[in-house]
Amino acid sequence: MPTPSTVSSRNPPLQVEALGDRALLAILGQGIDPGVNDRVHKLAALLRKVNLPGVLDLVPAYATLAVHYDPVAWSGGEGSPHEALTRELLRLWKGAGKASTPPPRQVEIPVCFGGAFGPDLAEVASLCALSEEEVIARHTAATYRIYMIGFSPGFAYLGGLDATIAAPRRATPRTRVPAGSVGIAGMQTGIYPVATPGGWQIIGQTPMRLFLPEREHPCLLGPGDRLRFVPVDAEAFRAYAEKGR
Amino acid sequence: MSFRIESFGLLTTVQDLGRRGYQHLGVGPGGAMDEVSHRLANLLVGNPAEAATLELTLSGPTLQFKTETLIALCGADLSPTIAGQPVPLWRPVLVGTGTQLRFGRPVEGVRCYLAVEGGVQVPGVMGSTSTHLSAGFGGFQGRPLKVGDRVEPGPGSGERYPSLRRRFRQGQSLFLAPDWFVPWSRDLDFIRPSVLRFLPGPQWPLLTSASRQSLLESAFQVAPNSDRMGLRMQGPKLSLERPLEMVSSGVATGTLQLPPDGSLILLMADRQTTGGYPRLGEVASVDLPRAAQLRPGETLRLAPMALPEAQALLLDREVRFRELEGVLTELQSR
Repeated sequence: MPTPSTVSSRNPPLQVEALGDRALLAILGQGIDPGVNDRVHKLAALLRKVNLPGVLDLVPAYATLAVHYDPVAWSGGEGSPHEALTRELLRLWKGAGKASTPPPRQVEIPVCFGGAFGPDLAEVASLCALSEEEVIARHTAATYRIYMIGFSPGFAYLGGLDATIAAPRRATPRTRVPAGSVGIAGMQTGIYPVATPGGWQIIGQTPMRLFLPEREHPCLLGPGDRLRFVPVDAEAFRAYAEKGR
Repeated sequence: MSFRIESFGLLTTVQDLGRRGYQHLGVGPGGAMDEVSHRLANLLVGNPAEAATLELTLSGPTLQFKTETLIALCGADLSPTIAGQPVPLWRPVLVGTGTQLRFGRPVEGVRCYLAVEGGVQVPGVMGSTSTHLSAGFGGFQGRPLKVGDRVEPGPGSGERYPSLRRRFRQGQSLFLAPDWFVPWSRDLDFIRPSVLRFLPGPQWPLLTSASRQSLLESAFQVAPNSDRMGLRMQGPKLSLERPLEMVSSGVATGTLQLPPDGSLILLMADRQTTGGYPRLGEVASVDLPRAAQLRPGETLRLAPMALPEAQALLLDREVRFRELEGVLTELQSR
């Protein structure tokens, strides 16, 4: 097993390990940590800017950035394509300035809570020994960080949920959760971009379309964005849904 | 120029070399499961490698060609016939107006690629024509083909293989193929157990030594619930020395995941973009077409390989593709 390459610099060290022969993982720390995730998005922004040859996909996650590449573009030099690209990443990271990250994008998501839009709101409230209004107030007070997008097209992993409204998953998952549903599962909260089966407690729904494959920018949300939920009533929900059509 | 689906197979989808540049939005690459067969079929009819083909699965559809069409079939042998006559794989085939192409018993492999000159014409979504089955977009209206669908090839030159075309038009047969073929079926290696070489990953050393030994020495069976997302393997249960809490991280096509039930999953074209299970390693890219041709119930073995060697084999394959392109360009002008 090759030892991961590391470099120390003004930026915290970057570790690189192979993710097979057509991808690698840049490791910027561990666990779910805003500082670590900032570094992931900083490296992603840097690589998007320099636009290295043969780099096909950059996938930020909590603590890692996956770099999918075409080995042909990194062949012909010293060592394997993996070694050549790793050297370049370590060099770029070493030279990256401290203040190169653009401020994150802020997105507001209108949500109609409870009733048919959020069939599990009452259960979440009772599990947390709060009123429904308090659950909504705490859910909409926070600014959430989009750590990463994965699971399904446009599905955002949000961090920053108020621990007092963390509720366990439903005992039996629903076979179909409508698109736009806003749910809670443990310390996680998120929005279902497309209708899928799911076991999260659904507390509300947004009329915003989060994933539109035919658009030039198919996803409303991007990794690294900040997000707030804004409560709207059923009438506003319908008006918004009509307008969006 | 078009053809019509007269009966649908198990799963017939439009595929290309995959969707690139959208994985950060949770959109996986998709594309042909067996990229070697897909690329060869395209090259044989003079298409660029990334043109759309039809990926046929185990039991193929019946297709009716409305006009004379240059096609190629590569990959699994699903017993293609025209008017009862076997249609050869791995070479260009001219099929006549009104001809019906059928498929029969799957002889070996799972996925056969049908390329038509000009490529299958469907609108690209996010830079790719491949079908995203779970989200229902791309390919042919975001779904597998069904009876009555009319598939339109794009504009082709109609001038490749002029001497073959002349002979075809002078003869009485419903189709005509040259007697040469591209001998690339060994890249797929239909001998069982198949050997998939893998690059040990970060959690490989965390397996118990008994599990490492059984992974290297046992034969695994492909489970029936394997699909375009992943090959699920049945075999000895594997376990780590101690449970590992991991947060989600990027995965690749070829990643060998170990979920808590101890059964390996090999991630394939329609995989998710990120995953949270321990990663035992990645199967070498040159062996993924072979994995794509494994049927439920068939056996495979896993053998370790070093990364530089895997990349050297991949680069070597690209050289062979370039050489083949040169040879085919010459043959297509004759």
